[in-house]
Amino acid sequence: MSIVRSIARIAIVSLAIAGLASPVHAAEPKPGGTLVVGAGAGVRHLNPAVQSGGATGVPGTQIFAGLVRVDDKFVPHPYLAKSWEVSGDGMSYTFHLVENARFHDGEPITSKDVAFSLATVKANHPFGIAMFDAVDRVDTPDPHTAVIRLKKPHPALMQALAPLLMPVIPEHVFGDGQEPKTHPMNAMPIGSGPFKYKEWVKGQHVILERNDDFFIEGRPYLDRIIIKFIKEASVALLALEKGEVDYYPFARVRFRDIPKMEENPDLNVSTRGYEALGPINYVEFNMRNAPFDDVRVRAAVAYAIDQDFMVGKLHGGVPHPGYSPFYRASPFHSDELNKYEVDLERAAALLDEAGYKPDEDGVRMKVTLDYPTFHIDSLTNGANYLKSQLKKVGIDVELRAPADFPSWAQQISSWDYQFTMNNHWNYPDPVIGVHRIYLCDNIKKQIWSNTQGYCNEEVDALLKEAGRTLDFDKRKALYGDFQLHVSRDLPLYYINQEPYVTAYRNSVMNPPETVWGAMQPMDQVWLDR
Amino acid sequence: MQLTIILGRRLFYAAALIAAVVVLNFLLIRLAPGDPALTIAGEMGGATEEIIEDIRRTYGLDEPLHHQLLVYMKRMLSGDLGDSLFFNTPVMDLILARLGPTVLLVMTAMTLAVTLGSFLGVLAARNPEGLFSNLITVLSLVGYSAPVFWTGIMLLIVFSAMIPLFPLSGMYDVRLGATGLALAVDVLHHLILPAFTLGIIFLAQYSRISRASMLDVLGADYVRTARAKGLSERVVLYKHALRNAVLPVVTLAGLQFGSMLSGAVLVETVYNWPGLGQLAFESILRRDHPTILGILFFASGMVVVANLLTDLTYRIIDPRIRTGRS
Repeated sequence: MSIVRSIARIAIVSLAIAGLASPVHAAEPKPGGTLVVGAGAGVRHLNPAVQSGGATGVPGTQIFAGLVRVDDKFVPHPYLAKSWEVSGDGMSYTFHLVENARFHDGEPITSKDVAFSLATVKANHPFGIAMFDAVDRVDTPDPHTAVIRLKKPHPALMQALAPLLMPVIPEHVFGDGQEPKTHPMNAMPIGSGPFKYKEWVKGQHVILERNDDFFIEGRPYLDRIIIKFIKEASVALLALEKGEVDYYPFARVRFRDIPKMEENPDLNVSTRGYEALGPINYVEFNMRNAPFDDVRVRAAVAYAIDQDFMVGKLHGGVPHPGYSPFYRASPFHSDELNKYEVDLERAAALLDEAGYKPDEDGVRMKVTLDYPTFHIDSLTNGANYLKSQLKKVGIDVELRAPADFPSWAQQISSWDYQFTMNNHWNYPDPVIGVHRIYLCDNIKKQIWSNTQGYCNEEVDALLKEAGRTLDFDKRKALYGDFQLHVSRDLPLYYINQEPYVTAYRNSVMNPPETVWGAMQPMDQVWLDR
Repeated sequence: MQLTIILGRRLFYAAALIAAVVVLNFLLIRLAPGDPALTIAGEMGGATEEIIEDIRRTYGLDEPLHHQLLVYMKRMLSGDLGDSLFFNTPVMDLILARLGPTVLLVMTAMTLAVTLGSFLGVLAARNPEGLFSNLITVLSLVGYSAPVFWTGIMLLIVFSAMIPLFPLSGMYDVRLGATGLALAVDVLHHLILPAFTLGIIFLAQYSRISRASMLDVLGADYVRTARAKGLSERVVLYKHALRNAVLPVVTLAGLQFGSMLSGAVLVETVYNWPGLGQLAFESILRRDHPTILGILFFASGMVVVANLLTDLTYRIIDPRIRTGRS
């Protein structure tokens, strides 16, 4: 089925539905109450139009609405746009805005604000170009109609219109000529979403209050959301057990601690949601220098890894094995690729073939593996597992953990490493999250670009074609070819797909579990107490 | 007259010291691995080259180092510590908002450590081989050697999670929205565990020092004289002996103000106390150079002031210093 047709169909079906269906609890939602959300990382500011990441995303998607909202299957539903049509050639999208919608200062939300928001995101968001480079202009024939006109087909457009990626921000506030990235109102924004900015005490909390004038009648249910910053993960979990925190997304929990938490009758532990982030873990090889310039050496490393053992034994079955550059919930994910299932003899043979013979101690080579410390289970323990496995095939690994994230990031982005453990996000469309890792012209000195230095013109051509193909089946076939190529060339070897863990108290009803997790409007969350 | 000269000289040294600290910090911080612009981009989940260049330009990170230093010093003389790379707000505002909580925490912990420590030391000195004295020695050692974040978490588990006497984190319960007296009580409630955690490391040293110096003093002639005069043990102990025995304690307190501030970094992080220490910790992880420099500037200023105050306190407690250079 073509994606254009599917979008058109969804638009018709969902015309009458204001928002998402919420099947989790049949009970009548109780209005009122304060939800305390635990957050690990401090927030830079509250405007997701010019800042990516979860710290801004959780409060940002409460403060700002988007044209559409996305459910747990990547399907867009009406939000600020009550309906939309896509032209036959897929080159123009006409959105009809909800008519009574107002910003938190009382000003009406118009198509001009939509055009302004898109321009601001395109120019300032870290993924602005990937998301909206294909947009030629936004026409505003009347205050309630916005027409996005493309210069080339752009299959990722609808996914890029979620509140997190394209929040609708007020032009009369942010359009005053000040630099958007450092605009003072980013710290106390006037938004369009279900909750209003009330207070932000840096390093302590953000308080959001119910927007009584929200454009969806009767929502939100909560009176207040307090986002409480707790740096220490163990303290955050204690706070949750004590009830000082109700809901803890991106919970920094060790996998082995999950069963213990599940024993607590007051708590729920969930690994649902966040498919739009799609975090995947991998071993990254610096392909510029020996020994990892040789695909046989890279393959030998891959053959030494037993993913089933890692996932099942090391990580208690919480993550999933993952061989593909696509997250398993992505519609483009497929299992048809070279998996390099564990085979130590094969690994040794490949190393022989590549000319790395064992010395009298059985050592073929000495290499250094750098690993970041932000995913202790998959990446830190993974690095230790890799060391012990590679020893079996004669590769002597020295492990090195740079002091903190900035040190590691600088090392990787200056290409000063042999191989490293890494993690990248898929984002809701490969154009945003996957292409950047593989395109030849994205070999950059910056983190989460093509830092490994991989360049294959065939792969480039496949990605570029997939980035402008609207027909879903054709697009999926292109990505299938792409992943076959990269699993042969092996610039990265994917080791697993690790879900985000959310822990929350029983009293939290309808916790946000769409593909965006907590980075979606929480207008349907309510408290049963 | 003499006091003003001494004070003037001290102030001059203090200013020179702080200036040196600023320059040294400015250069040291740039030796640490990690580029602020890349870190900001990393926090955003990656960014294009243009965005990174833009960040560098916005914050003047593309200028040569000596130029950056000159600009920084010039702005500093007018009381401007620059803007935070992370929050985009003036560093001065960030610091002023955090100064109060840190001073409250450190002063409470200090008072606790000094008074309780000296008191325990004096008690121990009365019977240096007794069970009580040994108990204090052991406890002091444990308190001194346990890492502060471990002590913090343990105290939280016991006195907040298992026995719910104290709140877990923060300076006040934002859900209550308390003001006035109720807020003060709430802050006090939140203050107890962190102040105790920070105090406990230093308590050990004060009790050891005051025990030792008390033992010294108790063997002195004038104490024997006081006893011979028939003064009660309490008067001998607290009025005659303690006053002299407390001098090393004051010295230590002045010297330790700096380490107390660094201890606050960890305590504030564990307890989520909204002070300078927590800000310092996070700013280092974010490579927020202007904020780190601003905090170091304030911290060195506070240490210098603490040392000045120590000198003055000395003059009050010990008349010998007041009358001459002997």
